[in-house]
Amino acid sequence: MGRNTGLPAEFARFRVTPDTDPADRPDDTGCGLLHVDMDAFFAAVELRTRPELADRPVVVAGSGPRSVVLSANYPARRYGVRSAMPVGAARKLCPHAVYLPPTRGLYSEVSRGVLALFRELTPLVEPLSLDEAFLDVSGALRRLGSTPAEIGESLRRAVAAEHGITCSVGVAGVKFVAKLASGMAKPDGMVVVPVDRTLEFLHPLPVSALWGVGQKTAEHLRQLGLDTIADVARAPLDRLRRSLGTALGEHLHALAHGRDDRAVVPEAEEKSIGAERTFDVDHHDRRVLERELLRLAERVAATMRAKGLRGRTVSIKVRFADFRTITRARTLFAATDVARDLHATAVALLEEAASGAAVRLIGLRVEGLTQDSDPEQLTFARPEPRWRDAEVAADVARSKFGAGAVRPASLLSPDEG
Amino acid sequence: MKIRVERDGLADAVAWVARSLPSRPPVPVLGGVLLDAGGDGGSDALTVSGFDYEVSATVGVPATIADGGRTLVSGRLLADITKALPAQPVEIAVDGARASITCGNARFSLPTMPVEDYPQLPAQPELAGEVAGDAFAQAVSQVAVAAGKDDTLPMLTGMRLEITGSTLTLVATDRFRLAMREFSWQPAEGLTDAAVLVPARTLADAAKSLGSAGTTVQVGLAGGDGLLGLAGAGKYTTTRLLDAEFPPYRQLLPAQHTSRAVLDVSALADAIKRVSLVAERGTQVRLEFTEGSLRLSAGGDDEGSAEEELPVDYEGEPVTIAFNPGYLVDGLGALHADRAELTFTTPNRPALIKPADENGEVVPGYLYLLMPVRLPG
Repeated sequence: MGRNTGLPAEFARFRVTPDTDPADRPDDTGCGLLHVDMDAFFAAVELRTRPELADRPVVVAGSGPRSVVLSANYPARRYGVRSAMPVGAARKLCPHAVYLPPTRGLYSEVSRGVLALFRELTPLVEPLSLDEAFLDVSGALRRLGSTPAEIGESLRRAVAAEHGITCSVGVAGVKFVAKLASGMAKPDGMVVVPVDRTLEFLHPLPVSALWGVGQKTAEHLRQLGLDTIADVARAPLDRLRRSLGTALGEHLHALAHGRDDRAVVPEAEEKSIGAERTFDVDHHDRRVLERELLRLAERVAATMRAKGLRGRTVSIKVRFADFRTITRARTLFAATDVARDLHATAVALLEEAASGAAVRLIGLRVEGLTQDSDPEQLTFARPEPRWRDAEVAADVARSKFGAGAVRPASLLSPDEG
Repeated sequence: MKIRVERDGLADAVAWVARSLPSRPPVPVLGGVLLDAGGDGGSDALTVSGFDYEVSATVGVPATIADGGRTLVSGRLLADITKALPAQPVEIAVDGARASITCGNARFSLPTMPVEDYPQLPAQPELAGEVAGDAFAQAVSQVAVAAGKDDTLPMLTGMRLEITGSTLTLVATDRFRLAMREFSWQPAEGLTDAAVLVPARTLADAAKSLGSAGTTVQVGLAGGDGLLGLAGAGKYTTTRLLDAEFPPYRQLLPAQHTSRAVLDVSALADAIKRVSLVAERGTQVRLEFTEGSLRLSAGGDDEGSAEEELPVDYEGEPVTIAFNPGYLVDGLGALHADRAELTFTTPNRPALIKPADENGEVVPGYLYLLMPVRLPG
């Protein structure tokens, strides 16, 4: 979705470096939205303590048989190595790269330090994952006596100085444009998209650059003859509504015109993480409920891993057709961030609780959260590392290819096989 | 009821029974102590007892009984009153719904609660065996230190008592550390082997208060009723056994080690306490063992760091391993020895700590198994 697309030559005019002549700087008035994205995050963090490897290809990957590349530095990317790629494939493309195992807890610790830096500027910081965040600095400009682009530059300097890694910044008027801009600024760069040049910036881009457009939608749009964002902007709204459905049609129409009114939402300190689903039709079938618990466990575990958290108490919520609602909880021996553990516990709780009555809503929640980077007191119970590796690989794939990319086999419906 | 008792005996008895009373009784009667002055003549003791369905405590106090009877009064209040009474004989009389306590010039009148509403005290379980009181109390405290305190994992809040002939084994774990003590005792005639799970904190309190020097503690078991009984120094308690599975633990004990250290316990414990003053939220202290020396370290650049070196008798591979300092100090304290043997395999596998004599030889009968803290990187 525009990540790592690099800066096409015709966009060079949007790029801002410390050397850019003031007269040539794009006008950043009203561009209070910043998207900050660490470059090759895990790899960059590992290189801090191994500066001698900086010019060599470096890949951070797990060591198990299902391992995938978690992060590759830019020299490694020149060989085609990308995150989410299986390690075997990476080794074929770049056998001489240095392969490093991930250091547990380190990346979430660095991420927390970087986010703290951001929060010194503004409370409106919305982390999207360990290595990305949106900032809304429009309310801080007067206080800081600065402009968005200047803030972007000083952020990049501060992150490099305090944490030894580089990041790229997109400065724009709205979220999705800022994110596209940071993707183009990589590595170690900044792109500013003036508000009145938003359409000029967006229109040459392919439809897949629009937020929320995955492979299937992009293909559908191409079939409709819409290849670039300009095509979508020029298409009548009615036509978009009819071909894509009202919601999606209106959404893409707005984005194509540079409109994205999502605010930057800072996150509150989390006491629990959960997800729930109300069914369209009430269900008795235990297998359907267990499948839904698996889906919910996947979501919750992925969220916990993205935030660098683990949890010890798993609870389920079941609302029956008559609106009677029950919750059941169990505390595990050790905090976990693995969906398989959450699912196994949830299923055990469901078995104890369910009466066979029809269920309209089912939810899963994890409490007793601890930071990933807290020194982990080990327990006598033996952990299962393999499943965690597989799930982390799925996280990476999802972040690259969209949420539909990876699902556990049991969540595929019979005809998807 | 109308009786006369010595003040000190009464105050001690009431204080002891009141200690096992719930601090927030679910119903008022469960906050009461039962005073029983026989009633069928011939008895010359006042029995003071308390029971809350989990733990019962009973003790007798010599008394002169003019009129027998039973009464139930607030345990907390009676404990406070009897402790504060002057050093004179105490007279207790019950008239209808009120109990009067007279001692010297002081006179108290307390409301009574209906004795019929009080649960029936469990019978003292059948004798399983006997053991020296202080040895028992020490053994229980050495193991109770490792028991879990988290009520969400009830099976870990218990202490396992295994009876195998003339050997008694006590085990407790909170999944981070495990303590085990084996010692001999005198089992009763024809006793069959058994294993039960007793709430660790209750057992530790009872063993301590019954195990004063010189007395023998009698251990009773009523498997059918799910009760453990302890009797000693004229006091009797029962505790409800935990109805939970204790995790299989024998397989956790490492059979081999790749390195071994023998250290002075107090020097090591003091050094750990000093160094861990800067540990991040007290969570880890690092131990770096090399031939002849141990380097302790904790903390980092942000909060401050500390390092200390200790001499050590060391054999085997150098190892760097981290532990929760509190758990480590607990274990060293529980050894009741001047020297300790620590054995290791890898930094992610548990360390085994045992008491050692002045020659560095292991003293059998106790072990403390401690899981490390995962080192970053």
